[in-house]
Amino acid sequence: MTTIQEAAPREPAGVRREALYFAVRNGKLMAGFGIVLVLLLLGLFGPLLFAGVPNDYGTRPMSPPSGEHWFGTTTFGQDVFLQFVHGLRSTFVVGVIGGGIAAVIGMFVGFVAGYRGGIVDEVLNMLTNVILVIPTLAVLLIINAYLGIRSVAVQGLFIGLTQWPWAARAIRAQTFSLRTREFVDLARMSGSGTGKIIAKEIAPNMSSYLFMTFILLFGGSVLIASSLDFIGLGPTEGVSLGLMLQNANQWSALQLGMWWWFVPPGAAITAIVGALYVANVGLDEVFNPKLRET
Amino acid sequence: MRRYFGRKLLIYGLTFFVAVTVNWMIPRFMPGDPIASMVARANVTNAQAVEAMRAYYSNLFGLDQPLWQQYVNFWGALAHGDFGISIWLFPTPVTDVITQAVPYTLALIIPSVLLSWVVGNRFGAYAARRKLLDNTVLPVGYVLTAMPYMWLAVLLAWGFGVLLGWFPVAGGYSFSMRPNWSWTFVLDLLHHWALPFLSLFLVALGGWAIGMRNMIIYELESDYSSYLSALGAPSRLIRRYAFRNAVLPQITGLALQLGVLVAGALVTEIVFAYPGLGSLILKAIQNKDFFLLQGTFLFIVLGVLIANFIIDIVYVVVDPRTRAGMAGAQA
Repeated sequence: MTTIQEAAPREPAGVRREALYFAVRNGKLMAGFGIVLVLLLLGLFGPLLFAGVPNDYGTRPMSPPSGEHWFGTTTFGQDVFLQFVHGLRSTFVVGVIGGGIAAVIGMFVGFVAGYRGGIVDEVLNMLTNVILVIPTLAVLLIINAYLGIRSVAVQGLFIGLTQWPWAARAIRAQTFSLRTREFVDLARMSGSGTGKIIAKEIAPNMSSYLFMTFILLFGGSVLIASSLDFIGLGPTEGVSLGLMLQNANQWSALQLGMWWWFVPPGAAITAIVGALYVANVGLDEVFNPKLRET
Repeated sequence: MRRYFGRKLLIYGLTFFVAVTVNWMIPRFMPGDPIASMVARANVTNAQAVEAMRAYYSNLFGLDQPLWQQYVNFWGALAHGDFGISIWLFPTPVTDVITQAVPYTLALIIPSVLLSWVVGNRFGAYAARRKLLDNTVLPVGYVLTAMPYMWLAVLLAWGFGVLLGWFPVAGGYSFSMRPNWSWTFVLDLLHHWALPFLSLFLVALGGWAIGMRNMIIYELESDYSSYLSALGAPSRLIRRYAFRNAVLPQITGLALQLGVLVAGALVTEIVFAYPGLGSLILKAIQNKDFFLLQGTFLFIVLGVLIANFIIDIVYVVVDPRTRAGMAGAQA
């Protein structure tokens, strides 16, 4: 009896240490997070280090990359590197806000539907399925066109509000398989309320899954935001990688051969989203011993 | 099976209802005076168009009528296929503008989605548990699936269109031609179609390959696979069974991905100035043509719902469990 009592509180730390042990030895995870971290730091500190307003017109338009303008300049003489650095920042903001809001709604709906079951589940499931079928971008088109989104944060908010259904569905399925376990029954018998059981018993047991869901939602938000920007419904204030692509396309950078205008923003989006996906596979291997390569 | 289809149809019906309601609601509950701001925003110089717009909006909003009456009228107009009149192409009805663009979008999206799904599944299935292939298919797949659709489109247009000059980079057909059914025109059409198609095909390919690879690995680890190999069945046979099981989630995945695929097609069309719905949306936004935008929105929703239903039917054909009314596909 004493041994069990002693062993029990130690366990979470042990699991965490084991996860960390495999995490630092997982090439996919380290490479993926490494790339994201480099770009994140560039987005965070770049705007502070490199002074200047990204949309200011310069004196040397259409010049290819050089020592003075690392990524060259646009048709209007704007510095592409400066835009790129600021654009990275808004990309991360959209990802965090969009992915975060979607994750919170998805978790709430998924937990409640999966744990409660019955009529609550029926209603929430119907809601999830209805929103799941509506093409997200089409809805965002209408909303953005009418409201005229100004800031990156609001754009992220609306993306989050439309992106949660698949996460809710996945979390509901996971919750479903956990709710009949003994430790959940025990908590219920000892008088814990629904909220407490979800927060203390169910969520911690799928924390790795929740984290991976957030990563996928983050990547999805970044891609949707770039599409919206490209169609011309991006934030009217500020810079983003999608807006850079839109400007490059609109002012025929393609026909003029100004590759330095459209290659960096797309490459950065691809790098961020791709690295996150790869890191996700790595995380899966860390948390799921069956998948580990020996 | 009746229950399965009944449930699906209920969901699609509800979805359409929600889409129409959103479409009706957003202009109405926009902050400020909708008609004035809308007319001001449209910024049209054509006096006739302004007058028609004001009249249509007043009529549409019917501010003297109670809200529920306005809502019923909206559905009534919809039932008659009346989406209003385009401001950009005044006085063409929105329905006509859209029906002219839809064939181009369908010609782009249907082959690219189906082909990428089939080819991606093949690649993924071959790559699973084969070291060398896996190490090439997987990274390429991740890069492709992480690419924004318009970026790959821009890169292809730049490489094959501008640098090499093999393909045209704008339009659905040469500007010097008029649409007709001659061979030269069809070839010209195909020539303009090739790059947008390739771009859509490639981006979607990666996701399917990765999904299939993971599913095959999962299936190869299941009990029936171990049992088969214990019986001495050739690995080709085991893989074939694994594939048949792994294809089912991929079909569901296709239904879930439809929205993303449509979004990809829209931005790809914009890159290539392809005369489909994507370019229409761009024009509608640039010209503040809200009728056109709303009409296109409903068309896209309707298209996605129909595609979903077709996939449901395919699922029933492919998976016998749904026919027997057992737990197969989740509604």
